[in-house]
Amino acid sequence: MAIAIFLTFVAAVLGLSFYFAAKTKSASGYFAAGGQIHWGVNGIAFAGDYLSAASFLGICGMIATAGYDGFLYSIGYLAGWIVALFVVAEPMKRLGKYTFTDALDAKFNSRGIKLFAAISTLVVSVFYLIPQMVGAGVLVEPLLGIPHYAGVIMVGAIVITIVATAGMTSTTYVQFIKGAMLVVFSLIVTVAVLVRGLSTEPDQGGRVPFYKYATLEAKEVKGALVVNDYKVLTSVPAKAETYVKLEKGGVQTWWLRSDKDGKIALKETQYEVKKADGSKLVNGLPASKDNVLRQNGGLEAIKGKTGPEAATGKVGPFEFLSILSDPETRINTWKIVKLSDGEDKVVVYAPSVKPGNKMMRPGLKFKTEGTPIQKLDFLSLMLALFLGTAALPHILIRYYTVPSPACARKSTIVAIAAIGFFYVLTMYMGLGAVINAALNPVTDNMSAPLLARTFGTFLFAVISAIAFATVLGTVSGLIIAASGAVAHDLMDRYLQLGHTEKQKVRAGKIAAFVVGIIAILLGILFQGMNVSFLVGLAFAVAASANLPSIIMILFWKKTTAKGIAASIVTGMVSAIGLIMFSPSMYDKFGLNPATAPVPLDNPGIISIPLSFLVLVAVSLLTQKKEASAA
Amino acid sequence: MLHEPASQSGPDASADYKMRIGVWMFLLYAAIYAAFVAINLLKPLWMEKTVFLGLNLAVVFGFGLIVFALIEALIYNHMCGTHEADNKGGE
Repeated sequence: MAIAIFLTFVAAVLGLSFYFAAKTKSASGYFAAGGQIHWGVNGIAFAGDYLSAASFLGICGMIATAGYDGFLYSIGYLAGWIVALFVVAEPMKRLGKYTFTDALDAKFNSRGIKLFAAISTLVVSVFYLIPQMVGAGVLVEPLLGIPHYAGVIMVGAIVITIVATAGMTSTTYVQFIKGAMLVVFSLIVTVAVLVRGLSTEPDQGGRVPFYKYATLEAKEVKGALVVNDYKVLTSVPAKAETYVKLEKGGVQTWWLRSDKDGKIALKETQYEVKKADGSKLVNGLPASKDNVLRQNGGLEAIKGKTGPEAATGKVGPFEFLSILSDPETRINTWKIVKLSDGEDKVVVYAPSVKPGNKMMRPGLKFKTEGTPIQKLDFLSLMLALFLGTAALPHILIRYYTVPSPACARKSTIVAIAAIGFFYVLTMYMGLGAVINAALNPVTDNMSAPLLARTFGTFLFAVISAIAFATVLGTVSGLIIAASGAVAHDLMDRYLQLGHTEKQKVRAGKIAAFVVGIIAILLGILFQGMNVSFLVGLAFAVAASANLPSIIMILFWKKTTAKGIAASIVTGMVSAIGLIMFSPSMYDKFGLNPATAPVPLDNPGIISIPLSFLVLVAVSLLTQKKEASAA
Repeated sequence: MLHEPASQSGPDASADYKMRIGVWMFLLYAAIYAAFVAINLLKPLWMEKTVFLGLNLAVVFGFGLIVFALIEALIYNHMCGTHEADNKGGE
């Protein structure tokens, strides 16, 4: 059924694209849907465009594993719309034509602005495309049983078809349908979570038997560890803890050692072993379709109670959050530890129980109580999220699809309502996934669809189809923004190739195809990274490269064309440079994160002010030249 | 091809007014957002404290920021719409 619903959805989307394709003949129609979209439709399409894989898959996943820290993304992403509404929406609409480069360049007609703003659009779009494509692969893998790369290629092919057939019109309606469905079905999942309530023995509505992880007592005899009925094979220290390998009945298992009050306990873990000969074991037995890692999560205690008497039954939305915030509520999460055992490479998923009061406030992922650098990193992230939205090219181009500045404003308000409501729901879906023990220990990106699966195949199929549509909608918007940057900003306005309307549309379609191929390759390359984290980086690049120019052109009369061009280049290069030398990227490249020359993962706190400063300095230095040139 | 918007709209007599109130509303929201970030950095344990209907400050402040964004947006739209209508009436 999941596959049937999924394929029906894809067929409907493609049908819509071919329908609008016949009506799209002009560049205005292709890049801006003729500027005739109703503000209500545009507002929901904004939501469809904006609520990407990062929001649906990434945020829910991060809330499930890091609690409130994931919700910080929801807050920051929504707050960014305030900048879009109050500062950017109407002026952007008044100044621009198809792209945000048009708006920046409206006053100057500068080749430098055209070139660098177009490059910035391409760079931000590609940065934003990576997590969407990663999300697509993650999603399709369990749904259709195909490998990650095949999922990425499939999404790429469908999106290229959508964009290359009818451009912005079909993209708008795909985003509208997806935005509406995402909000409605997220509400349904949330209600289902609240009706089911909380339990310390979650069995996913009877679908998956509750699995209780074992704890063994151990003792030390003459310095050697002894465990009844088990043979102790080895102890491996890692990250200030000790992991112990035991054997029983020919099956080897890994346990986390815990020393407390003079007693030694061994806690059961899950683990994968990659043998030197390439074979793989999961929890001691050969990996197969039937022997995979169990889903993780669950509650160890609810307000200090365990067992059947702890079950709450139906709860209200505030009661749900109140129970989970209680210090006596204990939530099962896990940590991933990589060990070497001779020639074997072992990945252990070890239990890590969090009290509710810690889970429900910032601090698990973003160390708000940590070192000054860690605090600065948090500040940097929140700044980039706040300022990034209004600088995203694929969001800005949607202001050109409505007839007037007032419609641009109204559609932004509809977007804030839909997006804000959805973000409130992410809290319930993320927490719902962890309390129902519906988490895949390898990747948190699948939390929302796996939560839906605990309520039956139908909801899983619909949520998966919507999640897939989420990727389609956002990727379509990004590719159209990138296509506009190449065909309109670079080819038509920068190089002044003098194309006819028909040639412009064709150039846009070819550009969409090429960007789509690049997106596919990057989606395969970046497999395994949290999609919300990656989108946070895209926000930082957008906020650094684009926002200073947008703000200053509106509010500072001394802004010059050279100042804008210099600011875009500075923001883009500094943000990307800082990201490339950050601890997260070092980890991704297989290097030691502690040796990364830049201690921050989020570059915004440096690159955004730097971009503003360069704009002001260069504008002041080029005042006379531009005045005399004028 | 001329460099003009995809769909034409006439001059907007309310543009300055809308920009002015937009900036003030933006600054108000930015200040509250900054306060949220500041509490997290300077007094993170405050976020654990129960403040309303059993909810802690983190949840109330976080949801509050989302709801306040919508309230401000609706007030802004009402003020802009009224000004635009007044200007049209005067024309």
